[in-house]
Amino acid sequence: MTETSTGSSPSPSRRALIGWGGAGLALGAAAAGGAVAMARTGDDVDPVGADTGAAIGFHGARQAGIATPVQDRLHFAAFDVKTDDRAEFVQMLKDWTAAARRMTAGQAVGEGAYGGLAEAPPDDTGEALGLKPSRLTLTIGFGPSLFEKYGEAFGIADARPEALEELPKFAGDNLDRNRSGGDLCVQACADDPQVAVHAIRNLARIGMGKVVIRWSQLGFGKTSSTTPEEQTPRNLMGFKDGTRNIAGTETDRLEKFVWVGEEDGPRWLAGGSYLVARRIRMHIETWDRTSLQEQEDIFGRDKGEGAPVGKAKERDEPFLKAMLPDAHVRLAHPASNDGATILRRGYSFTDGTDGLGRLDAGLFFLAYQRDPRTGFIRIQRNLATDALNEYIQHVGSALFAVPPGVRDKDDWWGRTLFGKEA
Amino acid sequence: MRPARLSAVAAAATVAALTAVTGCTEKGSSAGGDRVVTVTATDDKCEVSKKEFPAGHVELAIENKGSKVTEVYILFPDDRIVTERENIGPGTKQTVTAEVKAGDYTIACKPGMKGDGIRQTVKATGKGAAAKRDPRLDKAVAAYREYAQAQADETLPKAEAFAKAVKDGDVEAAKKAYAPSRMGWERTEPVAESFGDIDPKVDFREDGLEAGQKWTGWHRLEKSLWQDKKIGAEEKALADQLVTDLKDWQKRVGKADITPTSMANGAKELLDEVATGKVTGEEERYSHTDLVDFKANVEGAEKAYELLKPVAKENDQALVTELDKQFGALNTLLDKYRADKASYDFTSYDKVGDADRKELSDGVNALAEPLSKLAAAVVVK
Repeated sequence: MTETSTGSSPSPSRRALIGWGGAGLALGAAAAGGAVAMARTGDDVDPVGADTGAAIGFHGARQAGIATPVQDRLHFAAFDVKTDDRAEFVQMLKDWTAAARRMTAGQAVGEGAYGGLAEAPPDDTGEALGLKPSRLTLTIGFGPSLFEKYGEAFGIADARPEALEELPKFAGDNLDRNRSGGDLCVQACADDPQVAVHAIRNLARIGMGKVVIRWSQLGFGKTSSTTPEEQTPRNLMGFKDGTRNIAGTETDRLEKFVWVGEEDGPRWLAGGSYLVARRIRMHIETWDRTSLQEQEDIFGRDKGEGAPVGKAKERDEPFLKAMLPDAHVRLAHPASNDGATILRRGYSFTDGTDGLGRLDAGLFFLAYQRDPRTGFIRIQRNLATDALNEYIQHVGSALFAVPPGVRDKDDWWGRTLFGKEA
Repeated sequence: MRPARLSAVAAAATVAALTAVTGCTEKGSSAGGDRVVTVTATDDKCEVSKKEFPAGHVELAIENKGSKVTEVYILFPDDRIVTERENIGPGTKQTVTAEVKAGDYTIACKPGMKGDGIRQTVKATGKGAAAKRDPRLDKAVAAYREYAQAQADETLPKAEAFAKAVKDGDVEAAKKAYAPSRMGWERTEPVAESFGDIDPKVDFREDGLEAGQKWTGWHRLEKSLWQDKKIGAEEKALADQLVTDLKDWQKRVGKADITPTSMANGAKELLDEVATGKVTGEEERYSHTDLVDFKANVEGAEKAYELLKPVAKENDQALVTELDKQFGALNTLLDKYRADKASYDFTSYDKVGDADRKELSDGVNALAEPLSKLAAAVVVK
């Protein structure tokens, strides 16, 4: 729900023309290099040649699921660690990596979902059999509490990034601790919700005894895209959200605002990022009773086109001073925040209704940035006077350091942090 | 209590019924000469006329020449009962018949109807003998059956004390006797459930009933004691019925079809019971004695595991290490909820908060997940 921009309209790079050009749901992964569409089987990869539901490459210098074109569905899980045995925890990270490698390729975990020993439960839970990889990406992050609780036991106390501190309390926060924090997180995004849920479920199962799920969130209807060629998605308030988001092709802006640089420190996080997760409840019923004029004033954009106040087109450069002083877009805009820019990757959620018959719905806000202090924290502080606050409430919050990518078949999640002796 | 589906033990029993043996007792004699085994039972001997006979129909011609009432059993190598004859008085003769497959069996006489009996090993000859199982596994099954029997035997006096308190109209005494009367059942529930018809009578919750089914058993009385806070004529009759049904259970443990696989799966099922019923507080929703059941379930699972461990260890050392650790961790966690480790006086579950319940649930998952791999570790060579 924050507005970001560098002030210049995104210009597709050469890579974009090759890779992301016209990226729809189906073709988005074509740039990932050797993306293959395949049906999930209990055995080996079975390429079917279609491009819908393609696989996103798991290996790379950076984790997939950040600059990757945003998929339709989300299952996000925060975990707490239950072991203080470093070797056991590292082994779990390796087991997770192996499973993630298979699942993102559309393969079943371990020895599959059937055909094994009759006396033993199958390795894979089976509900994704026959489904395509569906552009599944799995992205891991480490929370501040991991270093606090297990810094000594795991020998990583000195490796804690300075920026990895619990987020400060912001005006209007009403955080539920059972929907906040976490020693680890895994973000599973896919075009098929069953594929995303299958991934989290199987990782949680592999982790039993070592980690436990602290909280998890399902999301649908991506609220921000990283593919500006697509129509900008709308959030549950009915407004286009993420018009000025960083595109997956904007290498320069990604380097500047999203990826942790070599010199930023610590070294293990170089090529990684920081992820802020916020569960933002919307007061849907009162919002729906709000007049169109007020709704548009609050956002600073018109509802139909998404054009900034006084402009005609969605992508026209906003003139902030034309907006009310407490308009959301004005307060969230980089120009109001010393240039602070973040990559948003949020999803809408509707977890049924609450006990009062109101939709338990809102935005599960996910944002990646190079440093949360100059990213989300900077912007969120400025949103203290946001007119939108009357209709929203932040009820969950977490911050994670997202390590760089898994480079090849021998690499594993977290190696740069834990891998000294491995 | 569990939903009405076949437990692993029950499923195994079904298979066994299709392929194995039927035992019955008859008054008359119908078998041919080489199929008749004469058993002469005295107070200190159990003599058989032959040690080998052809597989198929066999007849035991029993004569009790001793001074005590005796019983005679044909047993599988793991002590499961093929057939039995009880109450054979001194000086009387009885005939027992059975259909047996080729393999090794034991004939046991139990003068005074107590103990393991005086035993003779016999053999049914012929084709199609079942492959011999690792004798250590037979031993494990026999020891587990003995444990299950002991749990039933110890439960009866406790259930009778509970029933008495109910019949005396003493609500407080009945409340005190309630949870202890359930522990033997909870420890060996998969065996009890394998009989199919007993569990619905003694351990169903109100929500488990089918339309038209009468609600009987522990939880029906639990509701009267804690929720309605009164005991009427119907409750008193139900208390008697509970004891009768539990006696039926006690009598049938010996015939339960127990295998190493069903022991391992039974252990996992006990943890499943905890995961779906106890952790949520559904099992004992009126008395809140869930943690007592919880502990009993874990103890029963641990017993089965300990008996299978020597074999499992050879096949999967890592699994055994993990299970030892997780049983230890869960037991330690449960100890937080009782002041005295020697007592089964646990914190009332309505006093256990959400965060603590989650911790218990996480502990159950941490144990149950590796426990689900125990069966494979016992059968794989």
